[in-house]
Amino acid sequence: MAEPATATQAAAPAVPQLKDELDIVIPTIRNLDFLEMWRPFFQPYHLIIVQDGDPSKTIKVPDGFDYELYNRNDINRILGPKASCISFKDSACRCFGYMVSKKKYIFTIDDDCFVAKDPSGKAINALEQHIKNLLSPSTPFFFNTLYDPFRDGADFVRGYPFSLREGVPTAVSHGLWLNIPDYDAPTQLVKPLERNTRFVDAVLTIPKGTLFPMCGMNLAFDRELIGPAMYFGLMGDGQPIGRYDDMWAGWCTKVVCDHLGLGVKTGLPYIYHSKASNPFVNLRKEYKGIFWQEEIIPFFQQTVLPKDCTTVQKCYIELAKQVKEKLSKVDPYFDKLAEAMVTWIEAWDELNPTGSSVTNGKAK
Amino acid sequence: SAVHNLSNITDLSPLPDHILIELFLRTLRAGKLTERVLKLFIATGKDEVFSLIQALNIQVTVTPVLPTRALRPDLTSFMNEWRTIFSRFHLIIVKDPDLKEELKIPEGFNLDVYKKPDIDRVVGTSTSTIFSGYSCRYFGYLVSRKKYIISVDDDCYPAKDNKGILVDAVAQHITNLTTPATPFFFNTLYDPFTEGADFVRGYPFSLRSGVQCALSCGLWLNLADYDAPTQALKPEERNSRYVDAVLTVPARTLMPISGINIAFNREVIGPALLPSLRLGGEGKFRWETMEDIWSGMCVKVVCDHLGHGVKTGMPYVWRNDRGDAIASLRKEWEGVKLMEEVVPFFQSVRLSREAKTTEDCVAEVANVVKEQLGSKDPMFARAAKAMVDWVKLWKSVGSSTSSPGA
Repeated sequence: MAEPATATQAAAPAVPQLKDELDIVIPTIRNLDFLEMWRPFFQPYHLIIVQDGDPSKTIKVPDGFDYELYNRNDINRILGPKASCISFKDSACRCFGYMVSKKKYIFTIDDDCFVAKDPSGKAINALEQHIKNLLSPSTPFFFNTLYDPFRDGADFVRGYPFSLREGVPTAVSHGLWLNIPDYDAPTQLVKPLERNTRFVDAVLTIPKGTLFPMCGMNLAFDRELIGPAMYFGLMGDGQPIGRYDDMWAGWCTKVVCDHLGLGVKTGLPYIYHSKASNPFVNLRKEYKGIFWQEEIIPFFQQTVLPKDCTTVQKCYIELAKQVKEKLSKVDPYFDKLAEAMVTWIEAWDELNPTGSSVTNGKAK
Repeated sequence: SAVHNLSNITDLSPLPDHILIELFLRTLRAGKLTERVLKLFIATGKDEVFSLIQALNIQVTVTPVLPTRALRPDLTSFMNEWRTIFSRFHLIIVKDPDLKEELKIPEGFNLDVYKKPDIDRVVGTSTSTIFSGYSCRYFGYLVSRKKYIISVDDDCYPAKDNKGILVDAVAQHITNLTTPATPFFFNTLYDPFTEGADFVRGYPFSLRSGVQCALSCGLWLNLADYDAPTQALKPEERNSRYVDAVLTVPARTLMPISGINIAFNREVIGPALLPSLRLGGEGKFRWETMEDIWSGMCVKVVCDHLGHGVKTGMPYVWRNDRGDAIASLRKEWEGVKLMEEVVPFFQSVRLSREAKTTEDCVAEVANVVKEQLGSKDPMFARAAKAMVDWVKLWKSVGSSTSSPGA
């Protein structure tokens, strides 16, 4: 379990599911060599590469992949003044890929993530598992002790009300990481050698009303159900904070999902995370976040969205309003962020004109 | 000779350090390091003693108690299967008062057995009826004087983990109960206090000390705890998935807490595990009961209110095949329908600020049950009364701190 699978071990499924309905969004600043490892699983799918950093650099995409690539110049050209909401010099820029995609589903992965092996030594097709998670219901209203009841070999336990057994649509599938775990800088500094070798064979729905730290390294979601909430915030160049992009998106997304009655799953699939970033660099980026999250999390835990927020966009605009009202006192950064959240929605709606105001689920 | 006279000594602190250590090692080698004697050594407050204890990995915590509910008279194979794990501990076996045959219990265990006459003597003949069927286990919880209780149904054997190693369910439950729970924010790498795991990026530091874990809910391989309709629909389905995780059930999230394999901190939430809801057609198979599910809802609501944690996941036990799901369908249908009311009800319960003890919380829940559910079905009214009676019973019979020494 401590090594990644090699490309030759990976066996592709006979029929790649959702081949024409799913885009793989990859932010990168270096190269895409890692795609070679994923070829058997990813090749049938369309890629959206978001190139961060110097736009004059050419990113080589391995042959045989069908892709579109956007660098900073493209982002500025397409969004015009609204491009200000897309981060620069931070993998948060990936959310531009979500916005330009025309597909129903998104899978996003970092370029230092490789194919993992399950305890039997078999290569894990992470994409296939994410699709399974997204295509089966979630159960946020009551906890099932045998985890995801829709998995093969599992079911609802005694005491689980039958009226809740249909579940709700799954909006997000959050995968995990073997080898280098997603620790913050202080933990990395204290435990530089700790590796995640525990393969937990479970998928579970995160209950309604419970927030979680969403990691963007190995994540899939239903763009039609929750896309506009997946804004990865203002990070990196010119911003006081970094490495909180996915966290921010996760808190917003969970609040919106809870409000609209959508589900969020976590657990399988695992990928093999190979690169530990420099903890000192990370500490400088996260520093403010570590303090701010003490205020941010109670804010999200107490947020109530009004009943008339029946679409993701409406929920998100309302959230932006509350961020401005309640978090600006923590730091003026949140003022900027709240504005960027609104800009993001405007840009989203511009790029996704039809069907963007469809009511998603029932507002609670 | 000092080793042999240890039972007469009450204070070891006057002893010089080097003699104390020598005595400790001799006592250990002689096999006379009982809990009481260990406490004597600890009471000296000497660092050397503590280092020795740590180095030798001696268990200092209070020993658990296992009330095992005996529905079938022959406990021989059950006890023998668990012997290596159970034999270190004091067992409480409670015999279902409705069971007519004599119990068969193998030798070599440190145990107390309670049967109908004992139950009658302790709580009175009119009250003893609440302890029939699976609810007999609550009598064990009532009379135990230990800090931790572990409760396993007698149709469960030790399971093997993914590596084929026998799971020490007791040790895992104790680990769960003696490490903090994290109910206020979800950790995506599950229990951060497990070896090899930690809190992930984005987990607020102020929440990282966690709270006391009051309840540990284990799982089942082979025959999972499904209800009768599910098992009847999938007669061949057996749970073969060993999920290597423990996680805290988030605050305000409710779940079906099965009584088949649980452990809890009796000092903290003893009164909240209670026999109260009895189905009209309650039977002798797990899928013909809801008593544990009801009790579990109360426990979770109380824990959430008092800020205690509830963990779920490992340990697994191996649950043997028993009973006919289809035959049970008619009996359990009542329980299945009930959950439609019970779940939204408990999700809406809010306890008052004044409810600061477990007993107060249980009494308040009983009140709300009576007011909101009592009129819908006499079963709920009876359950509410049973809860109130239980708190009284607990106060008179059950409550007392764990006695010092063995």
